[in-house]
Amino acid sequence: MARVVVDPVTRIEGHLRIEAVVENGVITDAFSAGTMVRGLEKILIGRDPRDAWAITERVCGVCTTVHALTSVRAVESALGITVPPTAELIRNIMMATQYVQDHVIHFYHLHALDWVDIVNALKADPKKAAEIAQSFSKWDKNTPAYFSEVQDKIKVFAANGLGIFANGYWGHPAYKLPPEVNLIAVAHYLDALQWQKEIVKIHTVFGGKNPHPNYLVGGVPCSINMNEVAAINSERLNLVAKLISQADEFVNEVYIPDLLAVASFYKDWSKWGGGLTNYLSYGEFPTKGYAQPESFKYPRGVVLNRDLSTVHPVNATDSQEIKEYIASSWYSYEGGDGVGIHPWAGETKLNYTGPKPPFETLEGFQKYSFLKTPRWKENAMEVGPLARLLVAFASGRTDVQDLVKDTLGKLNVPVAALFSTLGRTAARGLDAALAMIWLKEFYGQLMDRVKINEVSTFNGEFWEPKSWPAEAEGVGLTEAPRGALAHWIKIKKGAIDNYQLVVPTTWNGSPRDAKQQRSSFESALIGTPVANLEQPVEIIRTIHSFDPCLACAVHLYDPQGRHLHQVSFE
Amino acid sequence: MTVLSNVGLNIGTCTVSEVGMGISIWQSMQQKGYSRRDFLQLCATAATVAGFAQSGVAQVVSAFEKKERPAVVWMHFQECTCCSESFIRASHPIVVDALLDVLDLNYTETLMAASGFQAEKCLTDTIEKNRGKYIVLVEGSVPTGADGVYCMIGGKTAESILQTVAKDAAAIVAWGSCASNGCVQAAKPNPTGATPIHKLVDKPVINVPGCPPIADVMMGVVTHLLVLGQVPALDSQGRPKEFYGRRVHDTCYRRPNYDAGLFVESFDDENARKGYCLYKMGCRGPVTYNACSVVKWNEGTSYPIQSGHGCIGCSEEGFWDNGPFYQHLASFPGFGIESTADTVGTVVGVATLAGVAAHAVVTNIRKRPVIAEVHTEDQKES
Repeated sequence: MARVVVDPVTRIEGHLRIEAVVENGVITDAFSAGTMVRGLEKILIGRDPRDAWAITERVCGVCTTVHALTSVRAVESALGITVPPTAELIRNIMMATQYVQDHVIHFYHLHALDWVDIVNALKADPKKAAEIAQSFSKWDKNTPAYFSEVQDKIKVFAANGLGIFANGYWGHPAYKLPPEVNLIAVAHYLDALQWQKEIVKIHTVFGGKNPHPNYLVGGVPCSINMNEVAAINSERLNLVAKLISQADEFVNEVYIPDLLAVASFYKDWSKWGGGLTNYLSYGEFPTKGYAQPESFKYPRGVVLNRDLSTVHPVNATDSQEIKEYIASSWYSYEGGDGVGIHPWAGETKLNYTGPKPPFETLEGFQKYSFLKTPRWKENAMEVGPLARLLVAFASGRTDVQDLVKDTLGKLNVPVAALFSTLGRTAARGLDAALAMIWLKEFYGQLMDRVKINEVSTFNGEFWEPKSWPAEAEGVGLTEAPRGALAHWIKIKKGAIDNYQLVVPTTWNGSPRDAKQQRSSFESALIGTPVANLEQPVEIIRTIHSFDPCLACAVHLYDPQGRHLHQVSFE
Repeated sequence: MTVLSNVGLNIGTCTVSEVGMGISIWQSMQQKGYSRRDFLQLCATAATVAGFAQSGVAQVVSAFEKKERPAVVWMHFQECTCCSESFIRASHPIVVDALLDVLDLNYTETLMAASGFQAEKCLTDTIEKNRGKYIVLVEGSVPTGADGVYCMIGGKTAESILQTVAKDAAAIVAWGSCASNGCVQAAKPNPTGATPIHKLVDKPVINVPGCPPIADVMMGVVTHLLVLGQVPALDSQGRPKEFYGRRVHDTCYRRPNYDAGLFVESFDDENARKGYCLYKMGCRGPVTYNACSVVKWNEGTSYPIQSGHGCIGCSEEGFWDNGPFYQHLASFPGFGIESTADTVGTVVGVATLAGVAAHAVVTNIRKRPVIAEVHTEDQKES
């Protein structure tokens, strides 16, 4: 028996440590630890609720915008604000843009090197690589000269120590791609890096910058005026159209074909990494307003025990549905460590009881993470692209069903293949393809509204704090690219009285709950073979298939205003 | 940044981004068949663009001729990775060229292939092989509360890692507001004791604040360090004057509206649709030093004010505690054509003192001693 420690887990957002127990070459137990905390929920207390989007947006710069959107929804739900349809469309455009950008970056820059051997690409025949690439994509860049040029660049780079690619698990027997496919993927890694800076300009047009574009409670900050240079006008909308069209080409001619090509060599990974059997989605992309979740492109709901015949409803305001536990987390509760608490009543006090650094292992410590452990009706849930596709599939959404069936057919694998590391990675690609379709649709609808001069982007009815009730509470729910994201807010006398975030990686990456049930990361690792304990590429593959975001997952709040360790700086 | 693009334009086909790994720029140009004369012309152009006197050309020649690019490590502590994300949005040079050719980057948790002990080895090897010569880029603040357990990597505290890495560094750059001034986690009550880098190391730190900093500003700083081989001129807060020397307000294209007394009174009102000044909506442009209204964001696409939202002052120390963001800087009647940011400052509200004190735009407010001190420094500089 061996205990394999991976820390830092790189190519993720934030600081994650994985400890896995390996017996006879197979993982039999695993521990997932978030090792950084900032305390943003605590910092939110007492502030203007209209500022919360800006503070919570800084939870994460990789999934930028998603917390801002969730936050304005939470405040709007608390204050009864309805957003004008044009503003809702702009928000949808920004969110769909985020899906596409985030998933492409994840595939090429955070996940691909688990499957693609960059050193092996040096052995490729560029001419053959071009033939292969042209066989599954009509992207005009896929020429022998292009692959040859990329290969030359990598040669020079390799001769000088490989830089950020140094010390990878290159040559590991788990890498299965032929040299030409490795070269295609490496070339597109570089292209994706170049392209991602383009699509985010959509955020810049509407939100002024990226990362961290601006949002606004009650709508969006930009105004539309087709007769003014200093507003969203025909030139700005044309720019957005061009960027959408570029993104469409990149997703459908580069990302999806590459994903399928790589996946076809790793079908054995549809056997491993399945983990939990429960899936949660809050739903996303309102088409008739946020108050009508049945109109969302992605439906809200829960699938239990992989039973795709039933979708269970989710109520985030019910104090019995979503609760957070700290049985294995470095916090303490007034009522003891065994209880679970609904986020509106959230109570947290930092209480680090782990080993004194520097340390070698967390083995033997009951508490081992700064992540709390959320549960839906006491169930551990997986969240993310796979979860929302499954909930949509089970809800009878034909657009999703058709795309999923078509893709499974192309790969020649059964539906059960979805419940795996490979399934999760493939689901993310389909999620991007759907977001791309909807992005075009939302843009068309925005143009339709502009045509009839329905351009209001802000509802200021309840903007002034004097129009607010003395006390209010709300919940904002979104499907972020990484999965179900929610903010719970309580407002008292115009200020934030309580603010809690339960984010995708808290669901997926949390430690065990009071009943010792494992969450997604830990469950998914069990049963996975590890060929070489010194090079645990298999662990990295499954963990990366969730697209972890640790800065999102860790935060703290202390309603009594106490904290054990505060150092002030003047 | 300007240096890179202009060098490329002037010399024609040899941009700095084409320089190969581990060789000097002169060697690279020789390989491409350029003459010594071409090389000197490049150096002269670089020097001119960088604003050097003619006598400075020799210095640039020497830097380009001898310097192999120093090794670089990028550390991640208490952060949200928005600085890394911003960096990869750079347009000149694009990040692919920077990563393959300009930066000898050996450690960054966001992009590096290796994980676990292999990743740590990338860091320790770089330090050992390049003692006194490598450059440290830091993203994130360091928590000093609870003996540093609020941020641990590989079982070690961020604070201990920072000290190890900083000890033999040739230069340290603090990317973004987290590393420069603590940013959001250092906002009151700063639960984890989040501390900016310059307060923890005994070396000068180049602060590049902003949440995040503009991508091409980051590349500009990289150009100073790695291509020109020199530290850019810094202000009293350690910020490059090149990008943090002017107020957003003073370079804003909406400034004439401010001077004319034309203001947005409510989001998306008629005035908002005409692009009037956002001062009354809480814009922090008058007290924020940054390049947003000149360089703009994402290859010059826009910046917050252009897209209808006030500046939130994200590059200023303590900006999170300088709110609420939609409360305008001062409440007073009668300002208009002749008003400037400095006179605005004289009647600034209490809530904004911290932000104003950060760069002393005023002399007549309550924290007179603090302001006087900073003001004196500013006068000395100018």
